[in-house]
Amino acid sequence: MVTRHSVASEEVRVLPHEPSDASIWDAVGEVADPEVPVLTIADLGVLRGVRHEGDEVVVTITPTYSGCPAMDLIRHEVELTLRSLHVDGRVETVLSPAWTTDWMSEAGKAKLTEYGIAPPTGTRAVGGPVSVSLTIRCPLCGSPDTAELSRFGSTSCKSLWRCNSCREPFDHFKDL
Amino acid sequence: MKDLSAYTLRLGDDALIAAQRTAEWIAAAPQLEEDVALGNIGLDQLGQARSLLQYAGELEGEGRSEDDLAYFRDEREFRNVQLVELPNGDFATTIARLLFFATYQHLLYEELRGCADETLAGVAGKAVKEVAYHVDHATQWVLRLGDGTDESHGRMQAGLDAMWPYTAELFAGDELVRRLPVAVDPSTFEEEWLRRVTQVIEESTCTVPTSSYQHSGGRDGRHSEHLGYLLAELQHIARSHPGASW
Repeated sequence: MVTRHSVASEEVRVLPHEPSDASIWDAVGEVADPEVPVLTIADLGVLRGVRHEGDEVVVTITPTYSGCPAMDLIRHEVELTLRSLHVDGRVETVLSPAWTTDWMSEAGKAKLTEYGIAPPTGTRAVGGPVSVSLTIRCPLCGSPDTAELSRFGSTSCKSLWRCNSCREPFDHFKDL
Repeated sequence: MKDLSAYTLRLGDDALIAAQRTAEWIAAAPQLEEDVALGNIGLDQLGQARSLLQYAGELEGEGRSEDDLAYFRDEREFRNVQLVELPNGDFATTIARLLFFATYQHLLYEELRGCADETLAGVAGKAVKEVAYHVDHATQWVLRLGDGTDESHGRMQAGLDAMWPYTAELFAGDELVRRLPVAVDPSTFEEEWLRRVTQVIEESTCTVPTSSYQHSGGRDGRHSEHLGYLLAELQHIARSHPGASW
């Protein structure tokens, strides 16, 4: 599954020192997730690779969910970042290997909690023969006394919870 | 290539039509959380449909995009099973369908993610994790409604009964799936499907339906009278303003 979107090459200047793959990774990795702007695509594990193919740089990204509506914007932002680096490149969207919350960085999880979203726990709620109820800690007051209101939340990647201690509702970035 | 394209189109049409029906619940579900849940389930199905239709178009090699396939084909050219095109009915009926369809998709994608075609395997490997949540959601509701009040039990049973005569079509393997090496013959996992849905239905105190008559024809483009109306709503803007973008 590959979608190609080329950046217009006529605007690209040849630089005396071409940016390395690592520095391109660092720059495009800063693109924020439009749905959870506190996270970058590097934090999320949506950014999968940066490589040179001849004179062209290919940036690979993967969606969190098949229907994730943020992908078009993320792709566009990555293209703009490449252009700002004067890099001739394109963005590829791949589905395999399938994205998992296990790819989220520890820094990303900490940022999520601070933002008021409970991060993934590393335990699958579904997929086995029985569903398991998990305790998710309230990101606002820290209480483990919380209840799931709905397994589906404000975006595909979240579920909706309520804290029984501070009574605040909150989102949980659900495990996938 | 032709077989693979036709096979991919079937899977894509199932997902697309299911997504369209599921999305009809948005702003009409019994509670706000359910609007959100069905909205997200529909979005997953739509995402799967987009990947599959895009790939079907590439394989076909006639330059048709996912949008061309979704918006500019007529009823008889759609290859989805009739189960997904049926009107939603009440909430219990929709949940009954979701249980049947998501359990089927889960078993199918589980097999398909190991197939030799890299793209189909990739789509299936992604989708199987999403569909696990759909199965779980349907299961929770069947249990709650079936094992609830007399009213909710009666409606859950009626929903299961209404959708049952459309389930055999899911497993009717034909020439194409037997001929195409990467295709999964759905009849191979029918027994497991029956075991899983029976377990949920019995736990919900409902009864597994026993209707002997079963509808068929969707894979050959023969549909119920409901698909035309669904397509009219899905396609009319694209057909009224071809090539428009916003």
